[in-house]
Amino acid sequence: MAKLTHTSKKFHIDSVANAEATPGQSLPWAALGLKENEYQRVEEILGRRPTGAELAMYSVMWSEHCSYKSSKVHLRQFGDKVTDAMKEHLLVGIGENAGVVDIGDGWAVTFKVESHNHPSFVEPYQGAATGVGGIVRDIISMGARPVAVMDPLRFGAIDHPDTPRLVHGIVAGIGGYGNSLGLPNIGGEVVFDAVYQGNPLVNALAVGVLRHEDIRLANASGVGNRVVLFGARTGGDGIGGASVLASESFDVNKPSKRPAVQVGDPFAEKVLIECCLELFQASVVEGIQDLGAAGISCATSELASNGDGGMHVELTNVLLRDPSLTPGEILMSESQERMMAVVTPENTEAFEAILEKWAVEYSWLGEVTDTGRLIIEWDGEKIVDVDPRTVAHDGPVYERPYSRPGWLDGVQADAFSGEQPADLREAVLELMASPNMCSKDWVTDQFDRYVQGNTALAMPDDAGVVRVDEETGLGVAISTDANGRYSYLNPYEGARLALAEAYRNVATSGAQPLAVTDCLNFGSPEDPEVMWQFAETVRGLADACQELGVPVTGGNVSLYNQTGGVAIHPTPVVGVLGVFDDVARRTPSGWREDGQAIYLIGTTKDELDGSEWANLRGHLGGRPPAVDLTAEKTLAAILVNCSRDGMVDGAHDLSEGGLAAVLCEMALRFGVGARIGLDELCERDGVDAFTALFSESQARAVVSVPRSEEVRFNDMCTARNFPTIRIGVVDAENQALDVQGYFNLPLGQLREAHEGTLPRHFG
Amino acid sequence: MSVETPLIGGPQPVASNNADNPLNGVRVGVVTFPGSLDDRDAVRAVRLAGGSAIHLWHGDHDLQGVDAVIIPGGFSYGDYLRAGAISRFAPLMEQIAAAAGGASGNARALPVLGICNGFQVLTEAHLLPGSMIKNNSLHFLCRDQRLRVENADTFWTSEYFQGEELVIPLKNQDGQFVADNYTLDVLEGEGRVVFRYVDGNPNGSRRDIAGISNEAGNVVGLMPHPEHAVEAGFGPDSSAKGAVGVRGGIDGLGIFTSVLKKLVG
Repeated sequence: MAKLTHTSKKFHIDSVANAEATPGQSLPWAALGLKENEYQRVEEILGRRPTGAELAMYSVMWSEHCSYKSSKVHLRQFGDKVTDAMKEHLLVGIGENAGVVDIGDGWAVTFKVESHNHPSFVEPYQGAATGVGGIVRDIISMGARPVAVMDPLRFGAIDHPDTPRLVHGIVAGIGGYGNSLGLPNIGGEVVFDAVYQGNPLVNALAVGVLRHEDIRLANASGVGNRVVLFGARTGGDGIGGASVLASESFDVNKPSKRPAVQVGDPFAEKVLIECCLELFQASVVEGIQDLGAAGISCATSELASNGDGGMHVELTNVLLRDPSLTPGEILMSESQERMMAVVTPENTEAFEAILEKWAVEYSWLGEVTDTGRLIIEWDGEKIVDVDPRTVAHDGPVYERPYSRPGWLDGVQADAFSGEQPADLREAVLELMASPNMCSKDWVTDQFDRYVQGNTALAMPDDAGVVRVDEETGLGVAISTDANGRYSYLNPYEGARLALAEAYRNVATSGAQPLAVTDCLNFGSPEDPEVMWQFAETVRGLADACQELGVPVTGGNVSLYNQTGGVAIHPTPVVGVLGVFDDVARRTPSGWREDGQAIYLIGTTKDELDGSEWANLRGHLGGRPPAVDLTAEKTLAAILVNCSRDGMVDGAHDLSEGGLAAVLCEMALRFGVGARIGLDELCERDGVDAFTALFSESQARAVVSVPRSEEVRFNDMCTARNFPTIRIGVVDAENQALDVQGYFNLPLGQLREAHEGTLPRHFG
Repeated sequence: MSVETPLIGGPQPVASNNADNPLNGVRVGVVTFPGSLDDRDAVRAVRLAGGSAIHLWHGDHDLQGVDAVIIPGGFSYGDYLRAGAISRFAPLMEQIAAAAGGASGNARALPVLGICNGFQVLTEAHLLPGSMIKNNSLHFLCRDQRLRVENADTFWTSEYFQGEELVIPLKNQDGQFVADNYTLDVLEGEGRVVFRYVDGNPNGSRRDIAGISNEAGNVVGLMPHPEHAVEAGFGPDSSAKGAVGVRGGIDGLGIFTSVLKKLVG
């Protein structure tokens, strides 16, 4: 491949020598997002003022987004609260590009969820697209073939004039990128709530598959090994994406941040995936790191500090889209579809041959050293001379003050006491047509769920399920969940509820839950009340992970999701990964066979605070449903057994919308009706029919049980001392959901209400 | 150094497991372009139908003596120009065009199936008439689609009967088949409309056309993806044949068994 000759650009190159000679020169550290104390710390570390290029590196790497400076002190709990038993299946834990979990037979899975919230508000299509691209590169960096993606999304009010711009752009961006990569999109969430109006949440999860021996880590070892940058060229997009965009609140009075959004090229990424997998297979890379937030600054400093400690780079070797970029801009650019690798001199030729086969551009930037310094030169002139650890790992750490909001007592005292609807039939229809409970087909039909041919379950089932091994059927299930309203009412319990729901969803599909990833979306950490919500959330999630015995393997924190001083609800999105011995045993979220018995597992209490029904009535107060993780564990064991032993044909967990939503969704899944009786349930649990239908009590699921399995099923629940009650029977003759004594809802009418909402707003 | 090509999914058996199977000897090539996505799925479909699949690389000049070729779905070269417009210039496409008997084809020439992006490549290569534009909804659309087999005499449909209905997944962004009225009349008149959408036209295709053939019937293009309805448990939730298990639809398998049996018989 012909290397483009770089026209020598001297600009006013701010070399290290120049910085030493001009100590008084003022630098734009504040505009780059650094605080005064942070800038002073940089000067202390270097013993002089930084050069322009060094300032660029520190400013992005010390940003909230890259350094976790406000969250670090809390996130430690995820490590501290992990027991040895929880580590049993962990091959790689927190800290690498993504965690890796052993799923047996020599197979491993890597998965992670990340945010791309701020860019997606500023430029919805590109923001969402590059969110998918970024998380997929994290997965490739571990040595894995990406096999699926999921997207938990949160938008403002469905009828707000700005919502269509975001919905259309974000959904098309995710589809445009993910579909072009050949990755099935197997699940996610779509939530509408006015609190996300100026701060939509675009979280992206990816999962990849690899053999144990194929794990790759991001470090630069072996003095004399060569450092190579490959993939797309470096352009002027995404400069300051991590710092001035993702690490500050929005303010309408400030200039547009559009140039800080990256622009994606999914074709380049698809080729990069195949190229990297071939590089791994040929064993020609020693270490590899994707370029995401903070671009070359991040890749060079992290690779160097995780390896032998030194690196020497000639920055003019970087292939550029725009030859006018300055060294600082090149170091900060977040242009997509780029990777950096470390290659031994002996493997150079083999490396180049594979890159050329895939027509991927590359340039050799420099080499690994043992000097303990990261030296970057520009035409031979030294512009960066730093200890890479100080850039990548020794950023500021803040013990931000936090305090329980004064308003919380009042909110928690304000329990839901709305009048019960006179007509339960109308209430159910209203619920199922509401923005959060309506069918999400309009969104998910824009995503490819078939490609790769291994998708065993996808939307609208409880979890996405993909096969890993075609011979044995070994596979994984993944679900992501969060409830911002629950977390607003009680962030500690809200986090536990999010984990409980994702865990329950995975078990409902029939998989054994194994590991956790999280994306913690919050407002500004500089607000003590937000910081308290964050601290409580992390404490709750870490405690709950310990109780359920599932470790956090990695994730991401997104702060500053606030506009004009108003923060979003605390929204911890929790992803749980489970494993199947054979995905053929997975349970779909609907019933099909006429005459099967319908059971409700678990106990129903009067828990309407924070519910979808209360939300529909404009109420948010009281306390979220109680969490009982021991019960969740038992329920999960029952559901996994049911799947493995073929005791149920359909299963659906109860969460938002309660029993009403579950009955409707199970009927609509395959278009088969049911006759339901609530009286016995109401009597046993001491609730009325409305509460039975709309309460969001936890640790519950509905299953359909073949006649031949009823005895075995009941015996199993009894043996585990877990309450279960027969609430009806599948009725394939009548196309209706018949809740005896209350209402009869023809499926056609239900479907029309359920499926009409999104097309009406966005079609 | 030379790089072994093509390398798609690592080591995986591409030949059918059943050595007694007479279809096993039929070798079907699946072409990978940069940006092909459903290539490994087409390979799996050939294997499940009983044949042997051969990976072909777009940049090669050798068809490796295959008996038939599938050009799979995806976004070759990102579809940044018109879909398929760059891939048609691949070295291997010249070999395929010549072996398929050129624009009018030849009943004894190489059978070729283009699926989705592959169909787009075949129209760009002028092996099939017409063209594909963006769906009339302007969105990417993924759904389980009902089709009718209008011509069961091609290399790729002989296992079906005329008028038989199928449910197979549709998933594309540029799936709206267009041609001038004269071309459409010729296609209809010569029985070259091979598949038609039923129960609703998903993308605005002229005359509900989902798939067509060349004059000789050895080259067929189809927008929906039969390779995603070949394995119970991983296909659509429904079948045109009646109730099936969860994701149990395998209505697409006949496309692959058709060509294998034709070539053996």
